[in-house]
Amino acid sequence: MNPILEIKGLRKKYYELEALGGVDFDVREGEILGLIGPNGSGKTTLFDCVTGIQKATAGEVRFLGRRISGLKPHSIYRSGIGRTFQLVQLFPGMTVLDNMIMAVQESEGTILSRLFRRDERHHIEKAIGLLEFLNILRLKDQVAKCLSYGQQKLLDLGMVLMSDPRLIMLDEPMAGVNATLGREIGERLVELNRKGCSFLVIEHNMRMVMNLCTRIVVLDHGKKIAEGAPAEIQKNQQVLTAYFGG
Amino acid sequence: MDRRSKLPLPLVRVLRWAAFVGILLLVPVVFGGNQYYMYLASLMCVHTIVIMGLNLTLGYTGQISLGHAAFMAIGAYTVALMTLAGYSFWLALPLGALISFFGGLVLGLPSLRVKHHYLALVTLGFGTVVYLLLANEHEITGGFSGLAGIPRPSFFGVSLASPVAFYLLTAGILTVMTALLLWILNSHWGRAFKAIRENDVRAEMVGVSLLAYQLLAFAIGAAYAGIGGGLIAPLIRYVDPTAFPVHESFWFLIMLIIGGSGRFEGPFIGVIAVTLLPELLRGVQQMFFVIFAAITLLLLVFWPTGLAGLYDAFFRRVLKRTPPQLTK
Repeated sequence: MNPILEIKGLRKKYYELEALGGVDFDVREGEILGLIGPNGSGKTTLFDCVTGIQKATAGEVRFLGRRISGLKPHSIYRSGIGRTFQLVQLFPGMTVLDNMIMAVQESEGTILSRLFRRDERHHIEKAIGLLEFLNILRLKDQVAKCLSYGQQKLLDLGMVLMSDPRLIMLDEPMAGVNATLGREIGERLVELNRKGCSFLVIEHNMRMVMNLCTRIVVLDHGKKIAEGAPAEIQKNQQVLTAYFGG
Repeated sequence: MDRRSKLPLPLVRVLRWAAFVGILLLVPVVFGGNQYYMYLASLMCVHTIVIMGLNLTLGYTGQISLGHAAFMAIGAYTVALMTLAGYSFWLALPLGALISFFGGLVLGLPSLRVKHHYLALVTLGFGTVVYLLLANEHEITGGFSGLAGIPRPSFFGVSLASPVAFYLLTAGILTVMTALLLWILNSHWGRAFKAIRENDVRAEMVGVSLLAYQLLAFAIGAAYAGIGGGLIAPLIRYVDPTAFPVHESFWFLIMLIIGGSGRFEGPFIGVIAVTLLPELLRGVQQMFFVIFAAITLLLLVFWPTGLAGLYDAFFRRVLKRTPPQLTK
């Protein structure tokens, strides 16, 4: 499988603290790659550096062969990378439907053309289809802040799916959701993966990671300590030490 | 129970506009063309235009601006200098708005790197610089002596010099600017502006170019202030720097907050409340500012959504209906 995302020597320093110490790995087309590690190992910092929210101190990120390091987050999003956040990030005062449409309206045309474009029936139809897929269609006219945390998580995922990204980066999609909803999210991810979507997933729910992911990368103290199939990672001594000490 | 209007939406819109224009046209009839009240009504139209711009910048996009008086001054001096030099008001007014627009872009480009109180300080500094320039560039601006004898315009040969005619001009321009802002807010731009206010990190992560949209909101807000300034020059027929002091921007901010920041009706309600309150409290004289400050504080503490928020609560709690929204 071809690499869709290539991360080479990615470093991030906050003054003297090295949050990422030269991380290298690829996400291959059509796979679900798990990114795990103890708290503070640099997983979310890596997400932020890849998506342009934070500027990496050194290293390179390539997406579909094109260098994206240094680009603004909106350009990276438009290039085909969608992401969710550890703490759900929505537009709380806007309706569920407006949140969904907002996720795609900037992907088409120029900024000037957006002043004149009125017809968004195709966006609405797509949003309704996705909300139905995520089982939250009945909430489409509700203001996002009125949704439960689990429903907000689903909306967050729905927003990412609106722009048909080639790569979806999920930061703890199961955190704070009950087991049933967690399973539901997992099923949705597998379904989307079958349709050709690639995933990079940060998750602490190990059962979910082992069942869902085709490969796993493990970070500890900003460095990659292991990479491989779930079965290999489960037996890796360095990973066990990072998690349980020793 | 949500009892929504049974009328079709286009008809509701036409009726709203008819009511809006009707109220504006009724003002000279109600006050019998009284010169003082016509002046006050014209000033209210001007202030509403300026605060609509501030509402776009602060209320909808979440960027504080304390430089609105300066943008207003740019519009006012452009119209004053051009009309005194014999150019048409109809050329000077859009030019004043355009210069304010570009002034907003030039100020916004470096200053939008900072947020909140830092941005407030940068725009406050800009207001001070403009004020000092107007006061010290005697050869162009006349300094504190100002520019007097600014002519009122005519429209297709009809003079707009009378108080009623000039009021109708300001009311007409207010109607156009209201329609323009509604159009912007109901476009994709409007949704992007609101998205930035709601969550700028997520807005960037759904493809919104923060810099482009923030600059646009800032510059359009400045252009609205420029239009307001361009109208105030022929209204008073005189401009000098003391008409645009730094604290004037605070007044605009107070009017917006009292009316309801981020609500389309906010500037209208705020201007009416703040302009009429001194008239109602005329009897208390020096105590006016104390009472006004107390009302503002109470509103900020107990009703931060302003009077527009009270209007919403009235619909929801008393009438048990969803309040009508003018923007998506």
